[in-house]
Amino acid sequence: MSKRDLISIMDYTKEEYLRIMELAAEFEKNPNQDLLKGKVVATLFFEPSTRTRLSFETAINRLGGKVIGFSDSNNSSVSKGETLYDTIKIVSNYADLIIIRHPLEGSARYAAEISSVPVINAGDGANQHPSQTLLDMYSIKKTQGTLDNLNIFMVGDLKYGRTVHSLLMAISQFENPIFNFIAPEELQIPKEYKIYLKEKGIRFFEHPEFTDIISEADIVYMTRVQKERFSDPIEYENVKNVFILKNKMLEKTKPNMRILHPLPRINEISRDVDQNKKAYYFQQAHNGIFAREAIIAHTLGLD
Amino acid sequence: MNDSEKNLKKLKVSALKNGTVIDHIPPQNLFKVISILGLDKIREDMITFGMNLDSKAMGSKALIKISNKYFEDDDINRIALIAPNAKLNIIKDYKVVEKKEVQVPDEVIGIVKCFNPKCITNHEDISTSFKVINKDPLELKCKYCEKITNKDQMFLK
Repeated sequence: MSKRDLISIMDYTKEEYLRIMELAAEFEKNPNQDLLKGKVVATLFFEPSTRTRLSFETAINRLGGKVIGFSDSNNSSVSKGETLYDTIKIVSNYADLIIIRHPLEGSARYAAEISSVPVINAGDGANQHPSQTLLDMYSIKKTQGTLDNLNIFMVGDLKYGRTVHSLLMAISQFENPIFNFIAPEELQIPKEYKIYLKEKGIRFFEHPEFTDIISEADIVYMTRVQKERFSDPIEYENVKNVFILKNKMLEKTKPNMRILHPLPRINEISRDVDQNKKAYYFQQAHNGIFAREAIIAHTLGLD
Repeated sequence: MNDSEKNLKKLKVSALKNGTVIDHIPPQNLFKVISILGLDKIREDMITFGMNLDSKAMGSKALIKISNKYFEDDDINRIALIAPNAKLNIIKDYKVVEKKEVQVPDEVIGIVKCFNPKCITNHEDISTSFKVINKDPLELKCKYCEKITNKDQMFLK
């Protein structure tokens, strides 16, 4: 069997998405399983990402595996000038699986080409972060019971937000989705994604600010608007308070509606929303453990 | 054009016994074509090239004549990105036995730099690899960073 990597969300088929959902649900029921007994997993974090690393390492530990690796390239031979090529060559002789986070785009695909063991991409610059998308999908499946016929609102930085782009591509594989995009002029969803949706005959609507239409949402996927994305700081000041979700805005929303956020949040979800039962972002982060257990098991062919 | 001018033109582009003539190359890309096809590495067979020659279709063009050399389609199509209108004349015993046009390939390996400064291919010694997602206007999708390099952003490695 050829090596199964997870580099881009589109590396998986719809059947594989569903398989991951199924497996994640099993791990949620019974998180501690000895599937990785006797196996070593390398977590190579060439840039810090505490949440993602801890989530993966928790998943490995719950599966009974051992972890080697580093959390910052300053603690590795990269600081001595070693190439990614050499690092991956060496580590793929040590470990049974490599999980890589790297600031350069395309680094994970390249690592997978070099490595003799499977590679999971834990984020390559602004490009891909497929385990985040799978945990988002698992959270949607868990709260809505399905991935079909959903009305999904995406809010905030839709231009640069990789989680938004990957989720859009993945959900587009399912039946009859509707997308509503709420973003400032400077951060609208890129044209290539709109063309993609049009070609697939998927309905989508764009809004410059929050409107009453949020009452139709099944999922509100919030992202943070980052100051450094704006060429004009005055524009940022104008925009930053327009895209804040407040508790009183949720009054007329559907009972099944849930709010997701890949975290960390800054101020885009007001603290008073946290108490609302529709706020789901902390459980979403927790679901990340089960989704990652599922991804690891599937990648190693242990499912 | 009188007879002596015709003779002069003949002298400029002398006849080839066996080999390939690559015609209708944009003059500014002549040396890139030479480099992509590795003609600068040929040590024995005669190569002549002409630059800034008059062309009805292009105004000005370049051409290359290579003795005793024939190209596979995959090799010659590598120049399609910078010489999309190039035409090949295959010469055997002073006669044109075949004419070919270059085709933009489905994949571009090496040759082009990814325009994304944060792409791994611009930081490590890696051969670039693109899928051609649109031939006209040209759009290349990087296999690594998945970003699209278009014609205006294209630089050769």
